[in-house]
Amino acid sequence: MKDINEFLIKRDNNNYEVVIGLEVHAQVTSNSKLFSSSSTKFGAEPNTQVSLVDAAFPGMLPVINEFCVKQAIKTGIGLKAQINKKSVFDRKNYFYADLPQGYQISQYKHPIVGEGKVILDMPNGQKEIGIERLHLEQDAGKSIHDIDPNNTLVDLNRSGVALMEIVSKPDLRSPDEVNVYIKKLRSIMRYLGTCDGNMQEGSLRADVNVSVRKKGEKTFGTRCEIKNVNSIKFMQMAIIHEANRQVDLIEEGKSIDQETRLFDIKKNETRSMRSKEDAHDYRYFPDPDLLPLEVTDKFIDDIRSEIPELPDEKKKRFIEKFKLTPYEATILVSDIETSKYFEEVIKNADVKLSTNWITGELFAVLNEKNLEISQSPISATNLSRLINLIKDGTISGKIAKIVFEEMIVGDQDPQKIIEAKGLKQESDPKALEELIEKVIQNNADKVAEYKSGKDKLFGFFVGQAMKESKGKGNPQLINKILKKKLNG
Amino acid sequence: MTEITDLTLNEIVTNIKKKKISSTEVTKSFVERSEKSKKLNAYITENFSSAIEQAKKFDENPNYELKLPGIPIAVKDLFCTDGIKTTAGSKILNNFIPTYESTVTQNIWDQGGILLGKLNCDEFAMGSSNETSFFGNVQNPIGENLVPGGSSGGSSAAIAANLTPVTIGTDTGGSIRQPASFTGTVGLKPTYGSCSRFGIVAFASSLDQAGPMTKNVKDCATLLEVISTFDKKDSTSIDFKRNNYSSELTKNIKGKKIGIPKEYRVDGMPVEIESLWSKGIEYIKDCGAEIIDISLPHTKYALPTYYIVAPAEASSNLARYDGVKYGFRSLGENLIDMYEKTRSEGFGEEVKRRIMIGTYVLSSGYYDAYYLKAQKVRQLIKKDFDDAYKKVDAILTPSTPSSAFKIAEKTNDPVSMYLNDIFTVPVNLAGLPGISLPAGTDKNGYPLGLQIIGKPFDEQSLLNIAYSMEEKINFKNKITNWWM
Repeated sequence: MKDINEFLIKRDNNNYEVVIGLEVHAQVTSNSKLFSSSSTKFGAEPNTQVSLVDAAFPGMLPVINEFCVKQAIKTGIGLKAQINKKSVFDRKNYFYADLPQGYQISQYKHPIVGEGKVILDMPNGQKEIGIERLHLEQDAGKSIHDIDPNNTLVDLNRSGVALMEIVSKPDLRSPDEVNVYIKKLRSIMRYLGTCDGNMQEGSLRADVNVSVRKKGEKTFGTRCEIKNVNSIKFMQMAIIHEANRQVDLIEEGKSIDQETRLFDIKKNETRSMRSKEDAHDYRYFPDPDLLPLEVTDKFIDDIRSEIPELPDEKKKRFIEKFKLTPYEATILVSDIETSKYFEEVIKNADVKLSTNWITGELFAVLNEKNLEISQSPISATNLSRLINLIKDGTISGKIAKIVFEEMIVGDQDPQKIIEAKGLKQESDPKALEELIEKVIQNNADKVAEYKSGKDKLFGFFVGQAMKESKGKGNPQLINKILKKKLNG
Repeated sequence: MTEITDLTLNEIVTNIKKKKISSTEVTKSFVERSEKSKKLNAYITENFSSAIEQAKKFDENPNYELKLPGIPIAVKDLFCTDGIKTTAGSKILNNFIPTYESTVTQNIWDQGGILLGKLNCDEFAMGSSNETSFFGNVQNPIGENLVPGGSSGGSSAAIAANLTPVTIGTDTGGSIRQPASFTGTVGLKPTYGSCSRFGIVAFASSLDQAGPMTKNVKDCATLLEVISTFDKKDSTSIDFKRNNYSSELTKNIKGKKIGIPKEYRVDGMPVEIESLWSKGIEYIKDCGAEIIDISLPHTKYALPTYYIVAPAEASSNLARYDGVKYGFRSLGENLIDMYEKTRSEGFGEEVKRRIMIGTYVLSSGYYDAYYLKAQKVRQLIKKDFDDAYKKVDAILTPSTPSSAFKIAEKTNDPVSMYLNDIFTVPVNLAGLPGISLPAGTDKNGYPLGLQIIGKPFDEQSLLNIAYSMEEKINFKNKITNWWM
């Protein structure tokens, strides 16, 4: 079967498939750093969150932060991955001004988390992306080149902050899949509370490995690694550019050099940072300041017992229990806060209407105002009240939209708005009959036309009746009465 | 008349507690003698006036419950001391003043000790003769132009010359025991994990241990009791039950089994050392212990293993001295140039040699052949000891293959310098406790030491054996004050 979502790069005679693997660096949600008690709060004044350990003073020693270990294991469980009871911290040695120790403490041969998987919901079905490993490591500081014209300044606030490097298998095949993969990974970590996934603040960044091969080929092409891309959009742009660059080289009969490349956002292109020959020799070896990290089954089981319902399970439950479509369920579970909001609303309100109102009106408002659902101007309680008012016929869907607009300002109770503005639906048959009678009398010519066979005019009468009721007339009743009067 | 500076730590403590002498008198005596001993070059940084001030304060409000009541103590300049320059014997830390205190020195101050000064040592503790120090070599009080051993050469010279009642050193491959042996003093390297490494300038993290350097075994027990504590700030610190080493000290070692490893009989070993060892065996028998011949088959690989593992760790540990954050910086055209100039000018030859060796053995393509293989051999060496300890309680060997040598005699021959550590490095590789005890002299009258190696965390047995032997040996160090 032809895959309509297949992403191929086409040239005259060849179609190329793009093979992508991601190394995602996710900042562990933790108040203190991986090996010191310094704060990790974002946005502090430069060099105000730096301990003697972070600045690598002589004789200073790292001490592992148990909470960060728990967070990594929790994430591993969320990725359905192997948790390694014994892992080892290694030193990755290289010199840079913002790397005070002259090495980064990382995990090389023995990561804390082994193979796992992430399920992507693509338009044409589900796709499984393999996770190669997850390991813990320290972040470096920040070199700032553009403040002082003569000097590079260094901010060590980030130095020593705990990162999880999550390495995927080369299972991704398109920029769309990368988008969905990153979002899914972020969703899982936000459900778990292990990474806030905030890409603007650098809590989530990725190195992107890209190679291309002619469609149908079994072996991988030579890959290039694009370093440190910090938004999904840039990842997609970088992939498209890099894949095309590689395809062009192949088409010209040239070979691809395995190298590390940088993505230039302004020029929308990748350029060589260092070739394989210039690659650093990081001289990894086990950090002698730290014993191998060993955790017990009980330690892991205790963490497992804290794992909340994750997106995949929640989606399944929403479909089975609430009869949502897979599409609706995917949207509602993608963010843990959205799912919480949804469940709060449907506690006391109709599921179908709630789903439509949340994914429709509410999302539109949030998008327009650029708000997270946790900042929603309308509380779940008031939205469920509104939905109940629709359901019990107090207001029509059309009036509900007017009420909804009013509710945005100050999260008001819809009942009060309806009373204050007199928006209650008119469902009294007698009152409606009077009103319709008036419409018929005022439009005798149209009635004649209708009766002579111009059926389309029915809509006109409905419109006039609604207008006469100032929009409050119960549409079903108006229809019923009109039909009776005109056809009777 | 006996001078205060001739007394042992325990004698001084007793006199202070009995109020026969004050901390001020004691401190002034050691300061005066240290002032007269500048020729030895034992100190890098003197803290004399401040020490006397602190002694006066102690005397105003004395606390005799402490284990080191108002005792002035000079320490190796590898221990970071709050507000006092700490150089590690290197130009690259020539201007470095820590804002923090090492756990080991803090333990000493907490028990009433007073910092007398910072003692010379080989640069970053890399050396066996104190000749790699940026602050110049140290004279051995035993004889002019004789090295005091290393790397704790300032410490061994200071204790032998009575410049401090006791001192502390660090031992990565023999840096406490070899200088103790060269100066006729006692030096103990505790089990790895006994003394916190927090605040000690690191050389090779998996081997470094701080330990006491003293005039006799009893002082050694007292000081070990003070410095050996569990410390959460050092992830390799071990939480085991520590003895009251000094009060539990006993000369009764009847029934103890002492192993004599045949592999320590190396080719070309001077006859004096051979006969010293034999005498040691007789002393042990006299004490009622049993002698058992043992084999430690991988001993010959210990030195090459050590000279892979230690430089590998050092090459990484010393990467932080880059001119960016603290210490010496040489200006450069750009970052790389600054690094190169700073490290070329800031480090001495021996340190650079070891950084290069360490960098090489960790490099891709060589890692398996050197570093990984060395780690495997290290396990075999450790297993040798584990097997031996199924049969014996402790092991007796010489401390060094020779007595103190002349200054500059071996500086151009690193390998012959490295051979000094042949009997001490296996102990570090296996993480065991080892003590060097003065046991005799060579034909020149230079001291020679015997080493007792113990089971992990069994410092008490080690001290007891040394204590009983000490009485039998009855070694008297001949210090002529030639430098005064």
